[in-house]
Amino acid sequence: MTTNLSRRAFLKGATALAAAQALPISLVELAFADESQNFTFAYISDSHIQHIRGAKFVRNWDRGLIRAVAETNLLHPKPDFIMFGGDLAQLGSKPELDHGAEMLSALSGKVHHVMGEHDYYLDLGEYWSQLFGPHYYSFDHKGVHFVVLNSILTFDDWTFNRWPTAEQRMAEMAGLDNPNGSPFMVGDKQREWLRQDLEKVDKNTPLVVFSHSPLQKIYKGWNFWTEDAEPVQELLKPFAKVNVLYGHVHQIQYNQIGNISFHSVMATAWPWPYPASYAQAEQYLPKLTVPMNRADPFFERDATGWQFINMANGNVDLRYTLYENRSREVAYNDKTKQPEDSAYQPDSARIPPQTHY
Amino acid sequence: MRNRQVFSAAALLSLVLAVPAQADEFADTDLKRWEQEFQTAVKEGRRLWTSPELGSNGVVCAQCHPNAANTHPETYPKFQKQLGKVANLWEMVNWCIRNPVEGQPLTADDPRMTAILAYVAYERRGVKLEPGKH
Repeated sequence: MTTNLSRRAFLKGATALAAAQALPISLVELAFADESQNFTFAYISDSHIQHIRGAKFVRNWDRGLIRAVAETNLLHPKPDFIMFGGDLAQLGSKPELDHGAEMLSALSGKVHHVMGEHDYYLDLGEYWSQLFGPHYYSFDHKGVHFVVLNSILTFDDWTFNRWPTAEQRMAEMAGLDNPNGSPFMVGDKQREWLRQDLEKVDKNTPLVVFSHSPLQKIYKGWNFWTEDAEPVQELLKPFAKVNVLYGHVHQIQYNQIGNISFHSVMATAWPWPYPASYAQAEQYLPKLTVPMNRADPFFERDATGWQFINMANGNVDLRYTLYENRSREVAYNDKTKQPEDSAYQPDSARIPPQTHY
Repeated sequence: MRNRQVFSAAALLSLVLAVPAQADEFADTDLKRWEQEFQTAVKEGRRLWTSPELGSNGVVCAQCHPNAANTHPETYPKFQKQLGKVANLWEMVNWCIRNPVEGQPLTADDPRMTAILAYVAYERRGVKLEPGKH
């Protein structure tokens, strides 16, 4: 059975590669006065590279990242840079981070990294930092100010005092629906750093904030949640164009809160259900979000995928390429001043499986 | 032969009548016991749900199905396009055990399968039965 599946998966991978070379990535090129200022970047997230033993890793999660890297290298036009959105590892171990870093090293182009909770809670991000750099930082690119936050921190008491071993702390945080987990935060120290960082930036400069958790509150039970989301949003408010891009949720989500547009990016590991499919607790999934089709479990890459991000007008537009689901485009609508799904936004346009039971 | 059957039926009836109506009465202790037995299965199901022991690669059910979400036990039996037939939930559970978690499938009446199904159904309590729906 296993051998069979592996062979099939390999063949599928090989075909996908050939198809990707011919992928008609139909970008809508917006005409701007200074065309040289247009740019795109790619985003890969949530690979959850999972160690089995020795040199063995979970094959399916590996395949997801390998495929994403291959497809990113084939993108045309070439993205200005590539973001990795966090949760490269599953349990934050050296073998996982090394293996993930090795796969990512095949990317052609500059890669920036975001810290995920699965990378962090074993050694509090020490080894990750050696490989990829600081936990939070900012940079400027073609007139856009980019900020990377470590949004997966939590109470010191939970992090430092509760667990007998680092391994147990990591395992407790790794379970999405584990009641022993703790809500994510940016924290006072980093918010103060953010305030100082943004002080130097002109309020008309488009802002893009990368975080692992949503920087908004969607569903506490699975930590689709950032506890200090409001004070973080408060710091972003004075800017004219603000975009928050986050991973962690393994699904398509988007929202508009005041002047801040929120977008999630896809995972390469596995898809998650929308919290709406869990009946026992309240969830605050953004009203704007049109849920992606339910994943087809018989196709292991379904409902994982990648997105190409266009920043030509200062607002983020995402084009999701999904494997078994139809492609989706979520673009900022200048009239309604919010991101909208270009095909499925009205109820009448939705296709039946997008209703979740 | 026939007479003997009538006789034994009558004998059985007299036995039942001798201890009046007990079989129809559930005491609180019965109700408690049944609830307890069910909750024991649910608890074991939750344990298996978050344990790598069903598979061989460390992957657990809860990684893709937190709180058993998107398992939709109330929609089974239903047509599974990929199996080409109307399938029971346990057949789908076995598909997951074989593939993402790379383990050995369980028989339908394996206590571990019962525990998993109990947990999955418990997490969807209160949701309307919709057999056949996707």
